[in-house]
Amino acid sequence: MKKIIALALVCVMALALVACTGDNSAVTTNAPESTVAPETTLAPETTAAPEVKVMSYAEYDAAALDSAVVIEAYVQAHQSWWDNKITVYAQDEDGAYFLYEMACSEEDAAKLVPGTKIRVSGYKSAWAGEVEIIDSTFEIIEGNYVAEPTDVTALLGTDDLIKHQNKLVSFKGMTVKAIEYKNGAPGDDIYVTVSYNGNDYSFCVEMYLTGPDTDVYKAVQALNVGDVVDIEGFLYWYEGVNTHITAVSAAK
Amino acid sequence: MKRVLCILLASICLLSLCGCHGSAERHTFAVPDTFDESQTYEITFWAKNDTNLTQVAIYEQTIEEFEKIYPSIHVNLRLYTDYGRIYNDVITNIATDTTPNVCVTYPDHIATYLTGEGTVVPLDDLLHDKKYGLGGSEVRFDAPTAEEIVPQFLSECYVNGNCYALPFMRSTEACYVNKTYVEKLGYTLPEMLTWDFVWEVSEAAMATDADGNFLVNGQKVMIPFIYKSTDNMMISMLKQSNGGYSTASGEIEIFNDTTKEILYTIAEHAGTRAFSTFKISSYPANFLNAGQCIFAIDSTAGATWMGSDAPLVDISEDALIDFETVVMPIPQQDTEHPQMISQGPSVCIFNKEDSGEVLASWLFAQYLLTNDVQIAYSQTEGYVPVTHKAQNSAEYQDYLSREGENNELYYAIKLQAAKLLLNNTENTFVTPVFNGSASLRDAAGQLVESVTKSVRRKETVDEAYMEKLFADTTSLYRLDQITADGSGKVVLGEMPTASIVLLCSLGGIWICLGAYYLAESVKKRKK
Repeated sequence: MKKIIALALVCVMALALVACTGDNSAVTTNAPESTVAPETTLAPETTAAPEVKVMSYAEYDAAALDSAVVIEAYVQAHQSWWDNKITVYAQDEDGAYFLYEMACSEEDAAKLVPGTKIRVSGYKSAWAGEVEIIDSTFEIIEGNYVAEPTDVTALLGTDDLIKHQNKLVSFKGMTVKAIEYKNGAPGDDIYVTVSYNGNDYSFCVEMYLTGPDTDVYKAVQALNVGDVVDIEGFLYWYEGVNTHITAVSAAK
Repeated sequence: MKRVLCILLASICLLSLCGCHGSAERHTFAVPDTFDESQTYEITFWAKNDTNLTQVAIYEQTIEEFEKIYPSIHVNLRLYTDYGRIYNDVITNIATDTTPNVCVTYPDHIATYLTGEGTVVPLDDLLHDKKYGLGGSEVRFDAPTAEEIVPQFLSECYVNGNCYALPFMRSTEACYVNKTYVEKLGYTLPEMLTWDFVWEVSEAAMATDADGNFLVNGQKVMIPFIYKSTDNMMISMLKQSNGGYSTASGEIEIFNDTTKEILYTIAEHAGTRAFSTFKISSYPANFLNAGQCIFAIDSTAGATWMGSDAPLVDISEDALIDFETVVMPIPQQDTEHPQMISQGPSVCIFNKEDSGEVLASWLFAQYLLTNDVQIAYSQTEGYVPVTHKAQNSAEYQDYLSREGENNELYYAIKLQAAKLLLNNTENTFVTPVFNGSASLRDAAGQLVESVTKSVRRKETVDEAYMEKLFADTTSLYRLDQITADGSGKVVLGEMPTASIVLLCSLGGIWICLGAYYLAESVKKRKK
């Protein structure tokens, strides 16, 4: 009997230790995990997109704003995953898409490497001139394509430039007019004003796409007013062209 | 010997239970008798700016001045432009015990931080400490006393009966009105806007010519009414209508008939495209300044972006339209009793093992309330200082008197926005703070966004829609998991299996011990 009790007590003590260990981590991490955190893991929208057939780029382009859309495209890059959402730059041979805050687990985000083909269901929308797909979900499908940048330098200042919205593009021979940090110091977005043929354009190093540790962020930091550069990036729009820069080099 | 063994084992069991309880809680901060300046303190300050580089410069200048006064304290600044990001980063850093020392925050967020017990320092003792409290004898700068903080603003920093923050700046919302277009449409602005007036004028502005150009501006784009913060919109409309939002202790009341009525009204005008939101369309200021919006509701802390002559502009110069801007309180249900939200950054202090480090943090937080910082920062936007000491100072009064002298420091719209709050401080309100109130606030905004999107997508908004919207919103924001006891605790779900096994085993062992003791007693008696 004594042996049994001793054994039982040893087991209880062992369990107590295990439970305490678990509790410790729970107390440390409990604050965030037990909080009523919004927008995590749950779908952000209250209504599912209606059944729509997969659209070509032309069909998507013609679709009205606020209509349900389904497209297939290839991931070219994405901004940092956050709060079960990810913003993706996608493209196919015909056009490009900006997939704003698409529902995405952290695990799936790791699969969205450049070239990955995805089918996206959501709604076409426009925000400050940027045409995008919002409230979307996706699935990975077979296929791979990485776009080459399209040189759109000659289209600057024309109405045709916007036809390439969201594509990976390049600009040749741009003169740097100003470099400004969003927060006044490195760490956040960098606003880059460049000029071409006497007109100024606002480009941006978007920190959630290319953060301070990236080569392009450092390369832009090193630029001086007056430098003449070639720029690559995604043709984002914010009240006008606002390319998200992905590469910069001295003009060739 | 057996008894000794039993007592020993029972004691160990009890001790092990005690050890489990609160094993990872941080010690409670106590104000040190003296501030040990032989040590060097490295503190971090997470601050928020409104994408306004002047604000950044003021933060940097503030730190520089403070470090001159306290050379043993070094303040590292980390800047954000979004409260949501600060909130998420703090939560992440609570888990890794790497919280900042001083952090710009909202009381709603503090309520969540407090679930990590001892995480945020209660300031009640610090506020009134004779040596290091507000204006204390050992404080080396001209700090305000607790009584010199605007009481209403300080009261907003209390959570569960304790003060957990200092107000830093205060703002409210304003309706920036294109008066030129209101009058062009044949209306006269009333002294106080009503919702009915705003909806009516907005609908009138939707008239177009045969080519689809809006008659009022001659452009292809016109969204007469845009609201920046839809959570504030719902909260304000409910408050003005006496509709339920939540009780003080955290009982969720938002899913009610008044909310439905508000959403039906919003749906009606979103359906005609007379109304939209920042999340759906873009910044109200951009549309207002381009002559594509008539009623732009945004924070008074966004005033420098509003109007034809705004010092901060995000649209090209050729898109700017010349019009007369009027700064008004948000639309009201009862113009005799206007109600508007009080908002703006507060600062909290996170607890640390070293009480000297916490005291250093407190001194810096206190420094943010000095006149120099308060006045300089408030002048960057339509903020108002949170202390009477700053508000009543000659410097600030001079600033207010120079409205419109230029389009920078004395930009008329900005000063009018600040005066709007100064003249309506008694008409402001805040929502109850509890663990989960941040989620409720998000849910309030989501209701407006969802309805607006739905009607734009030609979905039917009816009773069935409302029921589903309420259910989905409850689920999405986990509002059904918020308890109403005001303790800030949430339902933690089922007890883990290991805990159940442990408790059962402990119970079992006590029974065995009891049985053994009884058996031994019986044996002894028989002997």
